[in-house]
Amino acid sequence: MLVLALDTATPTLVAGLADWSQHGVTQVLAERAVPSGTRHAELLTPAISGVLDDAGLTMGDLDAVVTGLGPGPFTGLRVGVVTAAALADARGLPVFGVCSLDAIGSGARTVVTDARRREIYWATYAADGSRLTGPAVDKPADVTLPEPVVGDPTFAADRLGRSVTPAQVTTAGLLRAAAAQLADPSSAGPLVPLYLRRPDATPPTTIKAVTQA
Amino acid sequence: MADQPLVLGFETSCDETGVGLVRGHTLLADALATSMAEHERFGGVVPEIASRAHLEAMVPTVHRALAEAGVTAGDVDAIAVTSGPGLTGALLVGVAAAKAYALALDVPLYGVNHLAAHVAVDELQHGPLAEPSIALLVSGGHSSLLLVPDLARDVESLGRTVDDAAGEAFDKVARVLGMPFPGGPPIDRAAAEGDPSAIRFPRGLTGPRDAPYDFSFSGLKTAVARWVEARERAGEPVPVADVAASFQEAVADVLTAKAVRACRDHGVDHLVLGGGVAANSRLRALAEERCAKAGIVLRVPSPRLCTDNGAMVAALGSRLVAAGVAPSAPDLGADSSLPIEMVSR
Ligand SMILES: [Zn+2]
Repeated sequence: MLVLALDTATPTLVAGLADWSQHGVTQVLAERAVPSGTRHAELLTPAISGVLDDAGLTMGDLDAVVTGLGPGPFTGLRVGVVTAAALADARGLPVFGVCSLDAIGSGARTVVTDARRREIYWATYAADGSRLTGPAVDKPADVTLPEPVVGDPTFAADRLGRSVTPAQVTTAGLLRAAAAQLADPSSAGPLVPLYLRRPDATPPTTIKAVTQA
Repeated sequence: MADQPLVLGFETSCDETGVGLVRGHTLLADALATSMAEHERFGGVVPEIASRAHLEAMVPTVHRALAEAGVTAGDVDAIAVTSGPGLTGALLVGVAAAKAYALALDVPLYGVNHLAAHVAVDELQHGPLAEPSIALLVSGGHSSLLLVPDLARDVESLGRTVDDAAGEAFDKVARVLGMPFPGGPPIDRAAAEGDPSAIRFPRGLTGPRDAPYDFSFSGLKTAVARWVEARERAGEPVPVADVAASFQEAVADVLTAKAVRACRDHGVDHLVLGGGVAANSRLRALAEERCAKAGIVLRVPSPRLCTDNGAMVAALGSRLVAAGVAPSAPDLGADSSLPIEMVSR
């Protein structure tokens, strides 16, 4: 089964193609990790075309789409989710969403990524890779992060006051996180981003603030 | 007709998720989802709420459009999407979706200018646009006067608001008068019972040395608020209908006077109205009256097509395909302040 995997939850967008089988064997055929910062919308579809070209395949060869649902900065995150939803819809394919942190590293670990505003997105995992806590968004001082800590090392020094072993979302990680859904498509959840925060919006406190404003 | 390409259009620049289907100048579908109600208690559009709603509504709205037109995704020949101007986070949902559909369906993609799409939509109702035309686009997000020599390739900005958009002034005045958001419809209704000459509110940027085609609505908005507050301080009742009618008259007066002057100055005899404020009854009536007097042909799309929708984007896409304009590059993104000179990018 040929699966296209996408993620835009971190500043490095990921697009990959993998051959997945019921027996849990995943062969990654092509993968592109593009340091795209806030340019996910510009660079994601070219990356998808790129991995198809790399593997000598076309959209018509795909059997399913997997996408990271975050958590991650909202605007970039939505680019990946809506892209996966639209590609799957246009080709009549099943689409499966997974927690992006599940696709970073493996085994017993704590995964951290940048949540901006001096906060982190994080989750902890058991030795068999199952998620124990999270995903959550917190100030680093408010949480205990069990060793080893992996993820985005770029903001770690000033925000965590400790080192983080670099690890990124991978195609293999996305497929691993989606294994149960791929095996049983009826278990697929809705394609809703893991925002973890309410929208920033404060109702006007005074109704007639016009002349004062 | 069937030999003309079928164009799918996406619009997500503000709070409306619009997906339209157009063939030539024929409107086949105009599906719309809106997050307007979720913004009401904030008195304005909250970008993050709008962006979340776009994502939720995107695929279902595409399905509604395809069903309405009785076609399948595989029938689509080209895709157009609003690339700007607008709210970045909101624009990006539409741009990413459109890019994905274009890739999956292997059809060309056109990133288009939202303002030019407001002009193009009129072709769905009144046929090919006369060129050159002058366009007056007024909404909660924009107030612009455009000269349109060639809608597919050459649109020039003559003037724009230097502060608030006209629609914003309606929203703020509605708030002062205790009316709901958005303010356009309730002010229009209240004004119908009022005297437009009861209060002489200021007409911004209409002095002899002011920029002839620019607009300013901030001073008007403040003048209305001061006038109402003075009444309330004095313990007198506020004549809501008269205030609404007088405010609306000031807006319609300035907009139509400048639009007619732009036509005269540039020797253009066609004026197109667009944007949500073009649904205002007084603006339409005064524009008709002044255009008739000046020998200008006025074209105003129905109110449903004046507000943001996907059909307008498909209409412009259709026009671009017909004109042989090159599709957008694969790295198309969103530009919140896309200049009108860039009809497509
Ligand atoms: Zn608009």
